[in-house]
Amino acid sequence: MPLLELKDLTVAYDRIEAVRGISLTVDDGELVTLIGANGAGKTTTMRAISGIRPVARGSVWFDGRDITRMKAHERVSAGIVQAPEGRGVFPGMTVVENLEMGSYARTFKTKSEHDATVERVFDLFPRLLERRTQVGGTLSGGEQQMLAIGRALMARPRLLLLDEPSMGLAPLVIQQIFRIITEINKEGTTILLVEQNAQQALSRSDRAYILETGEVTTSGRGKDLLADPAVKQAYLGVA
Amino acid sequence: MSIEKTQPTLHLGVGDKLRLWWDALARPAQWGIGVPFIVLIALLPVLRPPVITTVGTDFGSVLAQFGMYALLAIGLNVVVGQTGLLDLGYVGFYAIGAYTVGLLTSPDSPWNLTDDWLSRDWAWLFAVPIAIGITAISGLILGTPTLRLRGDYLAIVTLGFGEIVRLLADNLSDITGGGRGLSQIAYPVVGESADKPNGVFSAGNTSAPLNSGTWWFWLSIVLIIIVLLIVGNLERSRVGRAWVAIREDEDAAEIMGVPTFKFKLWAFLIGASIGGLSGALYAGQVQFVVPTTFNVINSMLFLCAVVLGGQGNKLGVILGAFIIVYLPNFFLGRTELFGIPINGDDIANYKYLFFGLALVVLMIFRPQGLFPARQKLLTYGRGIYVATRQAALAAANAVTPAAVAPATSGTTTSDADAPLTKDAPLKKKADDTEGDA
Repeated sequence: MPLLELKDLTVAYDRIEAVRGISLTVDDGELVTLIGANGAGKTTTMRAISGIRPVARGSVWFDGRDITRMKAHERVSAGIVQAPEGRGVFPGMTVVENLEMGSYARTFKTKSEHDATVERVFDLFPRLLERRTQVGGTLSGGEQQMLAIGRALMARPRLLLLDEPSMGLAPLVIQQIFRIITEINKEGTTILLVEQNAQQALSRSDRAYILETGEVTTSGRGKDLLADPAVKQAYLGVA
Repeated sequence: MSIEKTQPTLHLGVGDKLRLWWDALARPAQWGIGVPFIVLIALLPVLRPPVITTVGTDFGSVLAQFGMYALLAIGLNVVVGQTGLLDLGYVGFYAIGAYTVGLLTSPDSPWNLTDDWLSRDWAWLFAVPIAIGITAISGLILGTPTLRLRGDYLAIVTLGFGEIVRLLADNLSDITGGGRGLSQIAYPVVGESADKPNGVFSAGNTSAPLNSGTWWFWLSIVLIIIVLLIVGNLERSRVGRAWVAIREDEDAAEIMGVPTFKFKLWAFLIGASIGGLSGALYAGQVQFVVPTTFNVINSMLFLCAVVLGGQGNKLGVILGAFIIVYLPNFFLGRTELFGIPINGDDIANYKYLFFGLALVVLMIFRPQGLFPARQKLLTYGRGIYVATRQAALAAANAVTPAAVAPATSGTTTSDADAPLTKDAPLKKKADDTEGDA
């Protein structure tokens, strides 16, 4: 049984269907990527999974349960945690306060568990430790992205949704972020990643889906897709 | 400990310095300063200091009005300052609170309870919790459909609500007395004596300094303290964290698992009840309500108090309320100030002009308000202050024995470095970030 399954999912903004009947699965422990051009429906799919955007048709299944009608904040309690596109850190809260908000819905049973998780986040992102008293709004783009991922980790997600973590970042920072994503995944957190940076995303993911104008056109193992001539031409800029 | 370098030693404003000084005091010292300060404020209408005492209106009544506005500002601050919901119809809740007391205790009202079973001596006290309850329900009724809206839309809808309440009061003449209003509203009958046959709270008690205004001011101080304790505890709880998260970024809050709608509704409901309490006080003090008192301009005035004082800071908005109430009354009836002849009445009459100008200037130079909020660390709120205070004390002690000074001061800083107590109480750039209106 897959951890996450979308069955024939359609999401619409008024009458415009941004996502048209897509189906995909994410198994426990996998790192799965959704790639596609601007407007392909990647972020809309993410929003439907996290519950911010209502579903027009089809269903979302998580851990064997139909969660199509579940509210966004309840999905967090169930274990679906998103680091939103555009980062969405709380601008007036310090780094530490932002991290604490991450565990709002999934509180820690013990202080030691809390401390261990905070320490883990600071291990992954030492930069956040340096900046811990700084408010979110004054962080650089890369730091905000780190904070958004770190904050999501504070909820100890079963499924981590990452929406364009590389957006607007310098190549070196992108490398770093992807390395950390792989590390988080290796430690057992299932990840669904939305990306435009196909090279990085495909080479690091178990499987990938390619989204075009709201539909899944291709899917397969990440490495296979990297070698696929059609994908190469469309997303990797190789003729 | 390269981390220590990031500890901010930025230039702090007067407010920040004051706050740091206050936070660094031990609990007994805080009580030792806080209580006499409150007592001094409470004694103002008795002492009637020169210059400060108003001339055109009785000083006690001005301070009583300040007390009610302070309550309103605290309530509105929960909605606007804490949760970031722009409510332009807050006067509606004030009106509902006042009219509930009026309808239950005025002989003009068809629902008057005081001519059959309810003693007029106790009627006001009986009506206050009902007024709070009904305003809370009205907050729920207004909030349930409208809190799905955001930003400007919410502002417009609440603006409409405030007007609807006033228009209802004006037009339901059979019940509310229409433009004539409701008179002879009950008030607490306490402390009757030969010269004060109706008790100290009666509007008939005009013998200054201990006139009815002074007594209502004292009552409102007690209520303000109670409300501050309740609201302060809420702010430090999970509810308060949710409010701040919603204010900062509603979508992000929802994604963090905060039931945003529920907490927005809570903020609305709590804000409304406090507004209702203030309205009940008002009705009791003046013993008379008319629709014109609840004009929409009052909503703006309340909002002005919150924005002037500093959104999100409970004590700041109380100061804002003081400015809003006191300044016009300070000038009213004054013909000279420090020997300079002035036309105080004119100045007081143009109060909306001056407040408008003040707001414009404030928004340019200090958008976060006079005394902005500084966010507390969320989870371990007070614990952190205690921890840092202890660390500071330990560091201070460690300096005295010179021989061991370098070693001990090194260890004390790392003691303070236990996870999450690292965060020093002074928050860097708090001023720059709290101002988003």
